[in-house]
Order: sequence, then structure tokens, then C-alpha cells
Amino acid sequence: MSNGVPIVRFENIEKSFGSFKAVDGVTLDVPNNSFFALLGPSGCGKTTLLRMLAGFEHPTSGRVLIDGEDMAGIPPNKRPVNMVFQSYAVFPHMTVRENVGYGLRVSGVPRGEIGPRVEDALRMVRLEAFADRKPDKLSGGQRQRVALARALVKKPKLLLLDEPLSALDKKLREDMQLELVRLQQEVGISFVIVTHDQDEALSMADLIAVMNRGKVLQVAPPWDLYEEPNCRFVADFIGEMNLFEGRMLSADGGQARLDLKGIGLVDVPWDYPATSDVALAVRPEKMRLYREEPELGWVRLPGKVAQVAYFGDNSQVFVETSQAGRVVVLRHNQSRSRDEPYRTGTDCWVAFEPTDGIVLSD
Amino acid sequence: MENWRRQPWVFATFIGPGTLWLLLFFLLPLGWIWLFAVGEREGPVDIVVTWTLENYREALQPVYLQLFLKTFLIALVSTAICLVVAFPVALAICFAPERYKNVLLLLVILPFWTNMLIRTYAMIAMLRQNGFVNDGIGLLWTGLKYLLTPIGMDGLMGERFAPLPLLYNNTAVVLGIVYVYLPFMVLPLYANLEKLDRSLIEASLDLGASQVRTFFEIIVRLARPGIVSGIILVFIPALGTFLISDLLGGPDSQLIGNVVERQFRAANNLPLGAALSFLLLYLTFLALALRAWFAARAEKADA
Repeated sequence: MSNGVPIVRFENIEKSFGSFKAVDGVTLDVPNNSFFALLGPSGCGKTTLLRMLAGFEHPTSGRVLIDGEDMAGIPPNKRPVNMVFQSYAVFPHMTVRENVGYGLRVSGVPRGEIGPRVEDALRMVRLEAFADRKPDKLSGGQRQRVALARALVKKPKLLLLDEPLSALDKKLREDMQLELVRLQQEVGISFVIVTHDQDEALSMADLIAVMNRGKVLQVAPPWDLYEEPNCRFVADFIGEMNLFEGRMLSADGGQARLDLKGIGLVDVPWDYPATSDVALAVRPEKMRLYREEPELGWVRLPGKVAQVAYFGDNSQVFVETSQAGRVVVLRHNQSRSRDEPYRTGTDCWVAFEPTDGIVLSD
Repeated sequence: MENWRRQPWVFATFIGPGTLWLLLFFLLPLGWIWLFAVGEREGPVDIVVTWTLENYREALQPVYLQLFLKTFLIALVSTAICLVVAFPVALAICFAPERYKNVLLLLVILPFWTNMLIRTYAMIAMLRQNGFVNDGIGLLWTGLKYLLTPIGMDGLMGERFAPLPLLYNNTAVVLGIVYVYLPFMVLPLYANLEKLDRSLIEASLDLGASQVRTFFEIIVRLARPGIVSGIILVFIPALGTFLISDLLGGPDSQLIGNVVERQFRAANNLPLGAALSFLLLYLTFLALALRAWFAARAEKADA
């Protein structure tokens, strides 16, 4: 792998299926040795991009480069990438060992070399004990590991994962997330994962590209994506968000003055030229809930608890405010003795610090 | 119908008419024929069941055994050709755009809705000495000769086209069987291939296998149940064929089915005909039992 060259480069990719534009002008780099997530709702074009890397789809226009090499005209079986399919696609007529060895066997790896490499791969995904089983005698998680071992044993330059965890139950999914991160660090190649699950992307990837309607909206590390979304779609898609619509009145000296509907004037940090219509976005966990009006210089909104969703470790409290409509507040259930639960109908106050808000103009 | 024990009357209503039909019009006549095979002729029409094995002994004479072998070989070759022809067709229909699939399937089934006698006569029109095939080849022949004349190569083509002997031989019989039974091979293969998870094919390509390798190691291997059904559906009726061999075959194309037919009708030797047809039936049962045994063994090996 040559240094400096990104392992994947998409150049002005467009892809149309009939009149439907699945990918609409994507330019994107995937750095070497990274865990890269393509995140977006279904139909946003993320799977199409992944399948272009594997060679199962071809761009209508634009170029796909893998490790600096143009992939146009190179069939799937000649590409230095391997894929873990959403359905795992484990061959039902082969044992686990035969499945893992298949890729080596068909690409002419010497017989003597196949055995040890298969054993290594099985050890890596902790399936040594299941080597002689047929897939129908395996659980979903184990089949997933077979698919992983089968792809990794070929030592690809890039591993592609298409919604790999969507068919697993919650507990197993969380285990596999950790496992995938460990594997990526162990083998030291780039993983590109397609997912519609923001938690999955946030917890695993070091770089996330958020897509919608065939376009890439933002490429950023998880923290930036969550705390500094660049548009309403990203802000809303990643996690929960309270949006307060309004206008920007003035901006200078790293500050902007906003006039928010129902709230009034608010000063927030702002390093860019002034724009007109904006929204102030505030995460639920950055909002506080009080029974009495708090003595703070924050934005304060009186309201009534409309609904409470209890998750054990925390609760989502939906508050109907008279000034700014319904807002959601995340409340950590930190103490058994002090935290008296908020019940539906309780009068309360919601407050947040303006600097915790994100100004969105798109 | 999850638990029919709880609703025995519903179950009986559903299964009753079919059972009765099969009992009256299939099992009873079949039992009757089975008794003929161990009976003796007494006068021109009466048959007395004497539990004799003489009919079977006669049916096992070398002349009939040879016919059994020949029938077996013709059925085998026809089935093999059916498989080779039908597999790509079934695969193509699976991969055709959704809106063409039904039309393509219809085209496969369409001949099947035409009377078999008419279809067989149509084959005769195609294959006979001055049939469409020979006429077509003859036209091409003359055309080619005409084109070669200016360069003085027309000598290569001979004096004139001699029509190919396409009809009244074993090849014609095989061709006829393939034509008539092809849908029986295409349909189970299609049903099987249609269920095949496409991502298995993609996975094989992704892992570095060529298209050809993917075809044999993944597609054909996973289509095995469909292949087996298709073989059974073509091979067994082919064993009993008599109409096709009668109309398309030559003097040496007699199959066991023709002999049985002759015993039942022209020769009026029902006991021998019954013994011959039951021998064929026993062979079929044996083949099915062997298949079941192999399947069970393969399953055991998997576990």
C-alpha cells in the first residue's frame, strides 16, 4: 500500500437506474487503515457506492479508484477487495472450513498454504471449534464470523461490509461491533461499512460519511458529526435534536445575535458571515429540566411534561412548552433516592446554555 | 390445517375426494393389472388368476431384457440432453427482467398445452425426407454452392444435396422425447434456481472465482434438488414412451412401451403385457428407492 494515496477515491460518481439517480455527484476519499462508515437512510445510495467498490455496480459517470488504480473494467473476481454480505451469503453446501478456504482454492493458492491460512482466519474470528460444521448448524452470529473469516483470509486491501449487523439481536450486535473494531486494528486494512444505524456508525467508525438522496452531506469523525453537524439533515439523522427556528440579526466578532421564534434574542458563538434564516439545534442531553424556574442566565422555557419514555439508565422527557412547542430532554437517572421521576402533566422548566446550541443555516 | 387431529372432519373433507379418485381409478385398475401378470389366458377374453410366474419368466427372456436395456439407454440419453438444454434456459428465465419472466415461462409451457399426437406429427413434418429441416438445409446448400461457383470451389459441395435421414431412427426418437419432456426439466430447475440467493453468486465472484467456476461450484451444486426432480420427471415417462417411438422411430426403434402396447392390443396377451409393465414399474421403484437411499446417506454425512 503506497503512502499518501487514499485506499479508495470516488471521483464525481453518478449512477442512474432508469430515471432514478441513486448516486448524484459523489467525491469521497477513504483514508488508509481507517474504519469508514457510509451512513444514511435506505435508498440514499450508500449500498450502491459499496457495490461499486466490489464491482457489482458500475458508475454511470465518474471514476472509482482503489489504492490509486482505476477500477473501470475490472471484474469483481479480479479486485483486491472482499465483501461481507448483508445476508452473509455463506455457502450452504460447504462446511465452515470449506467456506473459508473457497476463496483461496479458486484463486489458485497452493494447497499446502490454504490449510494454515484457513486455520489462522478461523482462530481470528474464534470459530476453530466449528470448522467442520455446515452453516445450517450455526447461529446468525457464527455465520457472520464465517463470512468475515472468508473475506479476511484473502488478505484484501479493503474489506467491505454491507449492513453486517442488521440481522443480529441487540446484545450480539454490540459484541460484534467491538469485535469488528478489534479485527480492523488487528489486520490493519481499511474497513468500509454501510449502515443505516447511527449508533453503529458512531461507536465503530473513525470517519463517517452521511448520505441522503445520492449525495454526501458531511464527512467527519463521530464527535464532529454529533457535535458539529453542518446541516439540518445530519443534525436530525444523528441522534435526537431540538430545532428552534429563527433569524440571524447580526454577526461580528465571533458572535451572532439570533431572534428565535417564541424565545427571543439569543447570543451564540459564530465565526462566519451573517445569514438570514437559521435554526438553533440543541441536543436533548444538553437540556436541563427543573421543577421551579432556575436562576440562570440560560434560555428558560416553562412547560408541562407531555410524555416520558423510560429506558432505565435514562429517560426521554417530552415537554410541551408554551413558547417553542414540544422539546425533548434527556434525563440521566443518576440517583435512586433523589431523582423523583417526572410524571405526565407535571409543570416544569426547560433550560439550556446558548453555547450548547448549534447554528444551522442549511 | 396446523393440527388436523383437532379437526378430523375438515381434514377428511379436504383429502377425501382425491383419495377416493386415486383409489377407484388408479390403485384398483393397477391391482387388476398386477393380478393379470400372475394369471393365464383362458379363451380369447377370460383371464384366470393362477399365481403362475410363467409370464414373468417369459418377460425376462433375453429378447425382452435387451429391449429393457435399449429403452433405458434411450431414456438416459434423452434425459441427459434435456438437462443440458434446460439448465441454461431455466437460468436465463431466472435472470430475465421481472416483466418478461411470465412470458418466457409461458413459451416453455405452451407446446405442452398442445395435443401430444399433433406435436409428434409436427415433428414428422419437420424431420421427414422433404421436411422443413431438410428443405432448409437444402436451400442453404444451394445458396452456398451458388456463392462458391465464381471462385471455382463449388466442387467441394458435391453434385447435389442429399436429404439427411432424420426420421425413422433412434435419433428421431431421442429428439422427440427431448422435445416433449423438456418443460418437465425446465420447470423444476426454474423453481429451484429462482430460490437461489443471488448474493451467493456475488460472494463467489467476490472471492475470486471465475464465472464458469461459480456456475459449477455454486449454481449447479445448489440446484441439485431441482436437477434430481427434473431427471425423475423426464426419465420415468421416457422409460414408458410408446407413441413417440411408434411414430418417429424406425423398425429398430422399438421400446419396451411398444411391446407392452402390442401385447395388450394386437397380440392380445394381457398377462405378458402386464408382467412386462410391472417389471418396468419395479425398476422405477428401485431407481426411486436408490435415490432416497443416496439422499439419506448424504444427509447423514452432513450431520
